[in-house]
Amino acid sequence: MRLTGKVWKYGANVDTDAIVPARYLNVSTPEELALHCMEGIDPEFAQGVQPGDIIVATANFGCGSSREHAPLAIKGAGVSCVIGTTFARIFYRNAINIGLPILECPAAEQIEGGQTLEVELETGKIHNLDTGQTFQAEPYPEFIIGIIRAGGLIEYTRKELGR
Amino acid sequence: MGMTMAQKILAAHAGVELVEPGQFVDVKVDVVLANDITAPIAIREFTRIGVEGVFDRDKVIMVPDHFAPNRDIKSAEQCKVLRDFVQRQNLTHYFEVGRMGIEHILLPEQGLVLPGDVIVGADSHTCTYGALGAFATGMGSTDIAVAMATGKVWMKVPETIKFVYRGRLREWVGGKDLILHTIGVVGVDGALYQAMEFSGEAVDDLSMNGRFTMANMAVEAGAKVGLFAFDEETQAYVEPRARRTYTAYNSDRDARYAQVIEVDVSELEPQVAFPHLPSSVRPLSQVGEIPIDQAVIGSCTNGRLEDLQVTAQVLRGRKVHPYVRCIVIPGSQAVYLDAVRQGLVEAFIEAGAAVSTPTCGPCLGGHMGVLAAGERCVATTNRNFQGRMGSPQSEVYLANPAVAAASAVLGRIGGPAELAR
Repeated sequence: MRLTGKVWKYGANVDTDAIVPARYLNVSTPEELALHCMEGIDPEFAQGVQPGDIIVATANFGCGSSREHAPLAIKGAGVSCVIGTTFARIFYRNAINIGLPILECPAAEQIEGGQTLEVELETGKIHNLDTGQTFQAEPYPEFIIGIIRAGGLIEYTRKELGR
Repeated sequence: MGMTMAQKILAAHAGVELVEPGQFVDVKVDVVLANDITAPIAIREFTRIGVEGVFDRDKVIMVPDHFAPNRDIKSAEQCKVLRDFVQRQNLTHYFEVGRMGIEHILLPEQGLVLPGDVIVGADSHTCTYGALGAFATGMGSTDIAVAMATGKVWMKVPETIKFVYRGRLREWVGGKDLILHTIGVVGVDGALYQAMEFSGEAVDDLSMNGRFTMANMAVEAGAKVGLFAFDEETQAYVEPRARRTYTAYNSDRDARYAQVIEVDVSELEPQVAFPHLPSSVRPLSQVGEIPIDQAVIGSCTNGRLEDLQVTAQVLRGRKVHPYVRCIVIPGSQAVYLDAVRQGLVEAFIEAGAAVSTPTCGPCLGGHMGVLAAGERCVATTNRNFQGRMGSPQSEVYLANPAVAAASAVLGRIGGPAELAR
């Protein structure tokens, strides 16, 4: 699958309170949550984000609370992919589980806001269409590929249980 | 080659002799937990799996503690989703408002989480139970949905960083200061994907309360779990509470660690984490003049009886500063009742503090103490991210209960030693 979108760039340690402030956790649908996505650090995001756009951050993206509302808000906002140098572990699991494409790439530091990326999910190749650079993301472990192929953890589990 | 306690617990729950860091395993879980914020999504996903009931009604526990007692209509609806599910599934252990506590204070206190368990919770501070020597970790709602349905989760076996704390702690210095200092040293992603193991004479001397506080904040260093060895202190806490058998696992002498970090604590001062990261830590003597509007004492980090005893020790016979709101939140009904019986609540009220029914409330900017733009709070909670307790223009400083209580009296961040005798 190829994903193309414009970059929203953030720094290190973007926490889940920044992605969805807790005051909005009294709702749980992706659409409602998307209205407040990134509000904690970027009040422009929820208004300006276009379907297919890509979030790029540096280290430890999604740290803090386990709230699945965070990746749900990002998915609900139409973001096609999240790229970071590293991710907090609960956020990483949550994104994989709900089918939000997520890539670990040490070169994410070099990508700038407003640039356009083309991402090949299967190979982990990230093409920067503005600069012509190509970066390689970390490959997924075999086990995680199984969950992604199934379309998320619920679908994976249904298959395992023969439902 | 020996195994760490993290490896041993996961191996036992995967039904194998040996596991290595990096290996993916399916493990059986002993307890699955969710709260009023995370349960509604977990229940929605659980329904999509297509199974009728939870894998074991004794092992799935739900606690409405975040926006409960119901904060507003939407929160009431979320709590109702949880309540309806609990009744429909006839869950054995349920704690309604009036019997409810903050989940991570309640479950150990009730003997529902035990040494050697694998516990998964849809709350990042599930790692608190590592103080008991349990492999306890936070996950999202979808993972919890699958655990509720199957009694199993997938795990990647973590490497372990061992921390050795040497020396004796000074007065007014405790578990909160040890963990804040540690996060300051390794950073908020210093233990990412790894287990932390806390050891050394300073933590051997620590009460279970201090150990719960440390394990609780392991996630603030990015860790999957924060573990303590099972010892006499653990046994004395667990024995009168446990309602089922358990197996304790300690690390082998020849276990392999990713890193061993030694810390001399004999000169350690109370620590204060500045906005907006738990790793922005300074010793109390280097805090400077920071006026505050609010002090919050409570949360899953510091809402146990010993925390309230320290708070009362500082507040008794003194008055909260005229322009400060001091909010004290006992972590469970049992803690609250003990605090009433021991005269602690009387001391809080006489000092001019507000005392609330148990709730996570202000810690995550939910209710019961949300901050306005420009306001500052010193809190015994676990996170000081931007906007965590309310307005994105507010500030949270993390500290131990003695510092929070002394600050409430002083009207600025300071320690008990600064109070007039």
